[in-house]
Amino acid sequence: MNAPVTSFDAVSVSVLPPVARFNLRIAPADLATVSKAFGLTLPTKIGQGEQNGDRAAYCIGPDEWLLHAAEADQQAIVAAFNAVREKTPHSLVVISDRELTISVTGPAALDLLSVACPLDLSRMANGSAKRTVFDYAQVVLIRDGEDAFRIEVWRSFFPHVHGLLEIAARELAIGL
Amino acid sequence: MLLIHCPYCDDTLPELEFSYAGEAHIARPADPSKLSDEEWRDFLFIRTNVKGVHAERWRHINGCGRFFNALRDTVSDRFLTTYKAGEARPDTTTLEAAE
Repeated sequence: MNAPVTSFDAVSVSVLPPVARFNLRIAPADLATVSKAFGLTLPTKIGQGEQNGDRAAYCIGPDEWLLHAAEADQQAIVAAFNAVREKTPHSLVVISDRELTISVTGPAALDLLSVACPLDLSRMANGSAKRTVFDYAQVVLIRDGEDAFRIEVWRSFFPHVHGLLEIAARELAIGL
Repeated sequence: MLLIHCPYCDDTLPELEFSYAGEAHIARPADPSKLSDEEWRDFLFIRTNVKGVHAERWRHINGCGRFFNALRDTVSDRFLTTYKAGEARPDTTTLEAAE
């Protein structure tokens, strides 16, 4: 997909290239086994994230994780999890095509997101992720840095969420 | 906007992330076919509808996805406490004394 970019000094909104995404449900006691299969220690507290190269894992529920990897690694990861399924029951669902990632960066990123996100974003730690709402659309919000965020949104909600961000970014840029 | 504490996320989050799910601590009868029509009606439809402290279920649907229970005052709309599903209802008198 050609990434539409709205870029201003204060904030820029762009669509990131596709990545492999997985939704993992597993009993927390079995985490060590799948951490080895994925090659990254999965975080245990809701909201926490863990990153190593292009692999990332975010804990978004008591027994639910969102995994990211390079698109080319998708089949290998599915195979690695299949190999341990017999001993550690889990569900790994490939959701790469279900969602699109929007990147919001710049000094006014917090202002832009607070247009439609009810969370107190200043309390969110760098590297953490949260499932939340963005104007009634369910999204996963990931904070990469002080003023760098990613929004993972379902395809069907994308035009709405991205449109809102574009309008709000323009309003912020002209100082409304 | 109400702020609700999710016992699973251990965080206080805006009401928009949650959805209400009715009165808490209503156990489904083990053998519904043994119940009379009146008892079944009571199970399905009759609720306490208290004025005051109410035990109710909430779901953190736009978050961790879990159901949990809360004690809320239906007059002031204030949440006294929230606790995980399956736990017993906390004693209201000790909660009020703690404040």
